[in-house]
Amino acid sequence: MNNSLQEYLIEKGLFITAISSILVIILIIIFIFLEGLPAMESYGFLNFIFGSLWAPTQGEFGVLTMIVGSLGITLLSLVMAIPLSLFCAIFMAEIAPSNMRKILKPVIETLAGIPSVVYGFFGLITLVPFMREQFGGTGFSMLTASIILTVMILPTIISVSEDAIRSIPSEYKEASLALGATQWQTIQNVIFPAALPGIITAIILGMGRAIGETLAVIMVAGNVTQYPTSLVDPVRALTANIAIEMGYATGLHYNALFGTAIVLFFMIVFLLIIANYLQYKKKVVIGGGYL
Amino acid sequence: MGEVIKMDTKYIIGIIIAIVIIAGAIFLIGGEESETTNIDIVGSTSVQPVAEGLSEEYMQSHPQVRINVQGGGSSVGIKSAQDGIADIGTSSKELDENEQEGLTIYGFAKDGIVVAVNNENQISDLTVDQIQAIFSGEITNWGEVGGSDGTINVVTREDGSGTLDAFNDIVMDAETKIKADAIVQSSTEAVKQSVAQDPNGIGFISYASMSDDVKALAVNGVEISEDTIADGSYLLQRPFFFIIKGQAQGAVKEFIDFVFSSEGAEIIKSENLVPVEQ
Repeated sequence: MNNSLQEYLIEKGLFITAISSILVIILIIIFIFLEGLPAMESYGFLNFIFGSLWAPTQGEFGVLTMIVGSLGITLLSLVMAIPLSLFCAIFMAEIAPSNMRKILKPVIETLAGIPSVVYGFFGLITLVPFMREQFGGTGFSMLTASIILTVMILPTIISVSEDAIRSIPSEYKEASLALGATQWQTIQNVIFPAALPGIITAIILGMGRAIGETLAVIMVAGNVTQYPTSLVDPVRALTANIAIEMGYATGLHYNALFGTAIVLFFMIVFLLIIANYLQYKKKVVIGGGYL
Repeated sequence: MGEVIKMDTKYIIGIIIAIVIIAGAIFLIGGEESETTNIDIVGSTSVQPVAEGLSEEYMQSHPQVRINVQGGGSSVGIKSAQDGIADIGTSSKELDENEQEGLTIYGFAKDGIVVAVNNENQISDLTVDQIQAIFSGEITNWGEVGGSDGTINVVTREDGSGTLDAFNDIVMDAETKIKADAIVQSSTEAVKQSVAQDPNGIGFISYASMSDDVKALAVNGVEISEDTIADGSYLLQRPFFFIIKGQAQGAVKEFIDFVFSSEGAEIIKSENLVPVEQ
């Protein structure tokens, strides 16, 4: 076996491994669409997406309440998680003494390792009664679900944005401090803007986890298919809808659950496009190249 | 470097050959095992645990029989038996007259449905009408049924659940449905925990999964117990059926005989169900 053949084989081998993961994704997408489209067609695309009534046993498949539910839970958890995690990341990367960082980092990584069913059960046993006593209602609510999700996405956003902040060349910081800026001014005006694309990536990852989370949300969100009129109203997320009913669904109902997955798929694609656009816009151009 | 890669390539080829041989061997052995008899049991998710318990026990004493138990719901179970897709269909609801045609139906067990409230709730007895009014949203305060003041929080199950089907059949009717804003939980355990942590909660669970976490209400004055389910005085109960197309034969018949044996009855009891004699 000569060297050029070897090179060729290795090159093709790497290509095949790279393409196989893409193939798997394409297969999944094709499968979801094949299974889901019949339901959307027979119920009507617009009725399916903008319908408010989900009653599979009566042949009603409108998912708008669940789109609202998913978006509401995700946005609410991002609103809570972004400030918390960014300040934590800045603290860990720029301010915390290395001893403290050595403790903080593994603790936060442990948070990421806890299975979602544990978060869900914890929420059901402790957070739901607490919310009921504080805000009334049943305790199962959009707010309860988003608080649980906030805790779940904190580690993702913290560790990725901390890495982004740490990867800023120390010259930037030194130059800013040498010009007489205080440490906070440096963080605010130099480090944070330079790390912003990385931070947006962190937020995208967190958002992806929030919108895709199923089990923990099922246990605390109440799963009622209605429009929430307040933060303490129960909602059903798209992912929860699939997981709850997949066990029994047959026929059109089964297809409608895949239709739900199609809606979820487009929502995620849409949010990713927005996020990528933001990331592109916020890139810092220095010395003729992107940072 | 080249030498090393050549070595690796040989190893990889070796590994691939080994995998092919092992896979082939498994395939051959698998082929030989085709002498075993397969029994497919498909249907109600409520029947599933007891069907699994029965078949595990049966397969231990009959290693030549393989039993696959699958869910899908009672309607799937009935249809699978009619179409001959499954050897045994299972159902946790009564069959219509026209559904029964050509089928042999074995009611082998009864399950009670517990109306569960929080342990702190003072109520211990409701009528079926009161339960219906609570779940439909007509009664919204525990004070209206003799309890202490507090908004009733109704917990129900997801569409398609066998327990929900049975509850709907027995308690609710076509005009009065479970209210749309009732909290939906996706498992018996989640319903139980929801009621256990909420002093004003009410839900329904299968008697098979009843525990001290929640309080079982008496219905029309009758406490739930194996005796009251067996004699029919406790109203919220449902039968578990095995459904077979035509007459049971061969391995399927032997399995059905086992279900109705004293050994089978023990297993059914251990699942907190009430066995029924053939």
